[in-house]
Parts: sequence; structure tokens; C-alpha cells
Amino acid sequence: MAKNDQKPIKGLTYEAAFAELETIVTELETGEKPLEESMLLFERGQALIKHCAEMLEKAELKVQTLTGEAPDGLKDNE
Amino acid sequence: MEQLALFDASPRWTVTDLTRHLRQLLETDPDLQGIWVQGEISNLSRPASGHVYFTLKDSGAALRCVMWKSEAARLRFAPQDGSAVEAHGRIGIYEVSGQYQLYADNLRPLGEGALYQEFLRLKAVLEAEGLFDLSRKRPIPELPHRIGIVTSPTGAALRDMLQTLQRRMPLAEVILAPTPVQGDEAPPALVKAIQMLNKMAAPDVILVGRGGGSIEDLWAFNDERVVRAVTRSQAPVISGVGHETDFTLVDFAADLRAPTPTAAAELATPLTVLDLRQTLVEMGHVLEGNMMTLFERQHALLESHQTGLRYYSPLRRIESERQVLDELSRRGNAMQAHRLELTGARLKGLGNRLVALSPQAVLERGYAVVTKNDQVVSSRSQVREGDALRVRVRDGEFDAHVSGNGG
Repeated sequence: MAKNDQKPIKGLTYEAAFAELETIVTELETGEKPLEESMLLFERGQALIKHCAEMLEKAELKVQTLTGEAPDGLKDNE
Repeated sequence: MEQLALFDASPRWTVTDLTRHLRQLLETDPDLQGIWVQGEISNLSRPASGHVYFTLKDSGAALRCVMWKSEAARLRFAPQDGSAVEAHGRIGIYEVSGQYQLYADNLRPLGEGALYQEFLRLKAVLEAEGLFDLSRKRPIPELPHRIGIVTSPTGAALRDMLQTLQRRMPLAEVILAPTPVQGDEAPPALVKAIQMLNKMAAPDVILVGRGGGSIEDLWAFNDERVVRAVTRSQAPVISGVGHETDFTLVDFAADLRAPTPTAAAELATPLTVLDLRQTLVEMGHVLEGNMMTLFERQHALLESHQTGLRYYSPLRRIESERQVLDELSRRGNAMQAHRLELTGARLKGLGNRLVALSPQAVLERGYAVVTKNDQVVSSRSQVREGDALRVRVRDGEFDAHVSGNGG
């Protein structure tokens, strides 16, 4: 993944972050990238792991209720 | 008449023997064992022993019944005086009171039997249609992002499911489709909830359930409309209806059947937060391992280049020539040292010989040197009687006079 199409990690969902992490691991495994780029990938991989771990730490089940009437059909349920 | 009695052939019994005989008659009659008896409950009592005593009666007769504590504990409804029920059990006699009675092992509201017949009929129909085929079952996603729940918004089932999901997979998002789960309005509402969930929320998996209850309470989950809605759901459905022992047609139609709502929530989250954490830790190790491998490979590459460079470099020739020089100079030095050593040894020999020739060495051996007026006396002719001489020996000198000149 080139540097310029990297999204800020903060906004990534767990699934997206984990999927990117898997890609990075594979890319490092094949070892086809130049060393400097590999270093950047490695650092991003570590940041993604940290992000995922934090998400697991802070996760709160989100519950919404289908109203069945409203057009979007969803409402927050506290 | 008194006398005739002597010849009376009528059998004689003790009360105990007779009662035991009757008891055996009743208890060996297959028509009286494992039977259902319909009636209305009266005189229900439940003493401290926990056993339940009651009378079943209809317009024509009454039957004493007893249900032992262990069986009574399994009842799913609370029998009351006036309840129309079916009791299952065997007829026996309580010898102490001579009372025949029904030893009941199960009790259900009247009408449940008919419901069960209907359950079996519908099950056969739907089964024949293939709706319960294993080949229809869809896999449950390992990590569902969005979980639909179809249940009563006020029931314990919802609370149990949410608690379980929060504990196991709080990353998930829950979409609740609230619906009544019993009564006549339940089946169409359940159908609508399943359809709406699929249409509006497209969940990864749907949990359909409710807590325990009587067979009538659970009946909506045997409704044909609900069963068909489950089989038509786009998202795979996990059912969790009632308790472990309850099986409804929705359970057969669901992609996965859980014994309880809590278990349904567990089955919906095969991977838990703990699993994800573990995976992250492992990914971290793999990531570091891969980076290490890269570094090592790079390092090895560098090293092999360095070796190659050294091999082809003119430095190598210079170095080898320097080595030759070194060798030569080392050999030169050694020769020089040898020569010096020889010279040294020769000098030392000369020194020794010089020492041996010195007069002191002669004195050491016991000789003396005699002088007269500082002239060494080496002949008789040099002295006369009365001459003063000086004598030098090993450790010093002294004076002497010539007392005679031989002759």
C-alpha cells in the first residue's frame, strides 16, 4: 500500500483495520518492498494493532431498535 | 348355620394379603399403566414434603392422585383447583389406607395433547417440503458485525442476549426488531419483524427467541407462517426458544438451534473479544518476525556484497604483497638478531679470559707480588740483607725486611 492512499488509522473500523493489518503482514512476508517502505509498513502495522486493541478495550455494544414505521427504520436505543 | 361354616369353601384373607393381591392385579394390568387421565383438579394440596396431592374429577367420578416432589418440580405450569388437565401416570394402591390412586408423573393443561398432535402433523408436512433439510442450513459468520434480534423488548430473553453479546463481542451492533412473542398477534408480528430486519438492516445473523413458558406460551414458534419466514430470511437465523427441553418448529427451521436465548447469543458470536485479542498478539509477533526476517535478509545481502567487493578489490593484492613484505622483514630481523647473539657470546668469552689473566686472579690463587721501591722483585739479585720490601697479597699489602740473601 503506497503511503498516499493510507487512511488515518483513527477512523478505521475494526474490520477495516484488521484487514489492512493482514495485508501488511503478507506484504512484509513476501519481502518485495524496499527496506525503507517496509519499515513504514511495519510501523503502520504496529499502529493498526494498537488501534484494534484499543477498540476491543473500549467497545460498548451498540443497540438500535427497528421502529418498522420510520423511513430509515432505525432508532437509537439507550 | 354355625356348623355349615365349617364346610364353607370361601377363601379367607387377611386385609393385608387382600390389599396386596388387589394391588398386584391393578399394577400388572397394562391398561392401567402409563395412561393419560382427563379431569378437573380439586382438593389440591402441597404439604411440606413437596409431594402434590389432588383429586381429578369429572361429572361422574373422582380419582385420588399423587405426584412425587421430583416430578412436580419439572412441571411447567402451576396446577390449581379447577384446572382442566390431563394427568399421566399409573394406577396403584396405597396399602395403608386401601386407597387406589393415580401415581402421576406428568400433568398438562387439557388441550396440550391436541396441540402436540397438531405440532406433529405440521412438522411432518414441513419436513416433507424439505424446509428442515440440513443442506438448507447456512453457516453462521465468525465475526458478525450486525446482529438482528427478534424478541419481546420487555422479556428476560432480550436482557440475557444483550448481556451475553456485550460480554463476548461488544464490537457488534445490535438491531432489535421488537415483537410480541405469545398470543394470537405474535405469529404475524414475528413474521413482520424477521422480514423488516432483513430488508432494513441486512444483519449478518438474526437471533429469534424468547424465554421459557408453557407449550401454549411457545406456540407462536410452532406457527407455520413464522416457520416459513425463518426459512426465507436472507440472514442465517439462530433460534433460542424456551429451555433446553423445548423444541419448536422454528428450531427445526433455523440454521442453528440454541437451547436458550443466552446460548443463541453465544452461538452468534463464535469469536469473542478474548479470541480477537489473542489473534492481535499473534499478528504482532508475525509482523515483528517478518520485519526481522527482512532485516536479516538485507544484512546477509550486504555481507555477501562485501565479500564480493573484497575478493575483486586491488586492496586484496596490496594486502597480499604487504604480507610478503612482512614475511621478509620478519626473516631479516631474525638473522640480525642471531648475528648479534653470536657477537655477544664471543665478547663474553674474551672477557672471561681477560679476567683470568688479571694479577688479582693470580693473587686469589695464593701468589704474592713483592716490590722494592715500586719495582717488582722477580729475581734474587735485586735484593740484599736489610732491604725494605712491600708485599701484596689477595686482601692487601704489608712491609717486610730481607733478613738474609740465601747464599
